[in-house]
Amino acid sequence: MSVDGDALRGRPPVVAPGHTPASVTDKISQIVLTRTPRWWWAAFGISFLLVQVLLVSLTHLVVEGTGIWGVNIPVGWGFAIINFVWWIGIGHAGTLISAILLLLRQEWRTSINRFAEAMTLFAVACAGIFPLIHVGRPWLAYWLLPYPNTMGLWPQFRSPLIWDVFAVSTYATVSALFWYVGLIPDLATLRDRSRRKWKKLLYGFGAMGWRGSAVHWHNYEVAYLLLAGLATPLVVSVHTVVSFDFAVGQIPGWHATIFPPYFVAGAIFAGFAMVLTLAIPLRKVFGLEDFITLRHIQNMAKVMLATGLMVAYGYAVEIFMAFYSGNQYEEFMLLNRIQGPYRFHWWALLLCNVLAPQLIWIRSVRSTPWLVFVVAMFVNVGMWLERFVIVVTSLHRDFLPSSWGTYSGTFWDWSTFIGTIGLFLALLFLFIRFLPMISISEMRAILPEAKIGKDGGA
Amino acid sequence: MSVSRTAKVGTVYGLMAEFDDPESLVAACEASRKAGYTKLDAYTPYPIEEVWEAIGHHRSKLPLIVLIGGLLGCLGGFALQYWAAAIEYPMNVGGRPPASWVAFIVPAFETTILLASFAAVLGMFALNGLPMPYHPAFNVERFVAASRDRYFLMIGAVDPLFERGETERFLHAQGPTTVSEVER
Repeated sequence: MSVDGDALRGRPPVVAPGHTPASVTDKISQIVLTRTPRWWWAAFGISFLLVQVLLVSLTHLVVEGTGIWGVNIPVGWGFAIINFVWWIGIGHAGTLISAILLLLRQEWRTSINRFAEAMTLFAVACAGIFPLIHVGRPWLAYWLLPYPNTMGLWPQFRSPLIWDVFAVSTYATVSALFWYVGLIPDLATLRDRSRRKWKKLLYGFGAMGWRGSAVHWHNYEVAYLLLAGLATPLVVSVHTVVSFDFAVGQIPGWHATIFPPYFVAGAIFAGFAMVLTLAIPLRKVFGLEDFITLRHIQNMAKVMLATGLMVAYGYAVEIFMAFYSGNQYEEFMLLNRIQGPYRFHWWALLLCNVLAPQLIWIRSVRSTPWLVFVVAMFVNVGMWLERFVIVVTSLHRDFLPSSWGTYSGTFWDWSTFIGTIGLFLALLFLFIRFLPMISISEMRAILPEAKIGKDGGA
Repeated sequence: MSVSRTAKVGTVYGLMAEFDDPESLVAACEASRKAGYTKLDAYTPYPIEEVWEAIGHHRSKLPLIVLIGGLLGCLGGFALQYWAAAIEYPMNVGGRPPASWVAFIVPAFETTILLASFAAVLGMFALNGLPMPYHPAFNVERFVAASRDRYFLMIGAVDPLFERGETERFLHAQGPTTVSEVER
């Protein structure tokens, strides 16, 4: 709550002491306005090469068709769906940090919300590729949208797959709006700070003439709060609808009522792991330890632990329901997960998602950034394995033994997946080079001297 | 009317006073209101609620705009689905009624959020008069600091009480670091 209260409880501060609006502005805007550091070219270059891997994989897919992937009957949902769910889940932390924590007045969100939102946008961009290529004929993907056409066809609105089209496209659009609105005052700052004419023009174009007048700020704050209020139910709905893609089907292991909350918790879990994966190296490289303090890392690690426990509860309920249902197919599905051909994946996911996060209980672990980073990496891998287990183990052993099969990703499955990681990183590096990765105007507002008539906020 | 106003104010858009800290700005805003000035605007590097109150603005219309956007999105979403599923392209799926509205809740929810969000962003732009590439405030050389760490108060030349020398003396009395003329 107050600065003193935090100090008494031995918590690191949200912003290191001694900063003023001027120092915050200069520190964050100089990252964007100074010369490009050499390591940036190396990092961006590697990511950009991976983007080329993605482009080659997609081209090969369009030329040859989905036969280049490992999918076949009975496993018709492979990497494309696994990767889609993985990426879209990662995106959820950005909206959670920017919208839900704003409504809950969590001041510590301020220094991480901008790049968490950027991460959301880029993760959703990667996620969006997969359903489009999964349909097999991506050039006809627009058939998913309701529009008057000469065929007289309309989408089937009773299908969760169409719900997904609406949920994901709305999510991408609203996240972009929210992000841009947050950027406007900072673009004005960059417009006023940059010395080169073309930079002034570009940032000025984005700032749209923002002057920071009292009228501007008032409407802006109302808009930002309303957007947060709208984004909050939206983010919960997105992964709920993604889980409907599975839960509405009758396949053993998918047809479960726990799926919506379990998926939402898993999404936030995966998302916080990714935010930590990005934030820990970035704060080091850019010397932002004053703004992304140990407090942020501890708090995010705690959210990761809490949502990880919810996910563990989901696993427990899955096991319980399989036996409690008395349904032989459900029972078999579960035993097959534990000891079947994909047992390695299942046990590895328990190690990554249930066991590894328990380290966060130890204070010295969550106060050591590189250890939190290691745990977060476990979770990143674990959440991918979770989607693999959900998609593949249920499909490869369905009701009739005569239709059983096995599945594994091919070279092109992996190259497409790795390519999207490249796309994600390339977009992220462009973002941190050209836009302020921490909200400057919000940082100014949480400084003690910004608070009027409250004795400096202490 | 605009002709006489231009004649009165000439090339002066207003006077702008610069302050070091937010407390002085709030005090100056309150003093200006008390002195009878009405065409006030303040510029700050971050939102300060007290400034908004001190220059005496009414409430924002934005929530109403967002509500209308949300309602349109909700009704539009349901209408689209009802029309597509029950009128234009009815299809029997397991004997369920064509207008199976429960299934339509999810896309209608998404269109509600979508239109409400667009209403929030576009409504904010409209109420703020953005995009506005040119504004006289930018003619003040010191004004770039408004997006860093300085606080500005402007009294517009259109204010009935505005009088070049008198208003400048008034602003100087509020303890600013500088007072500048804002060219049109």
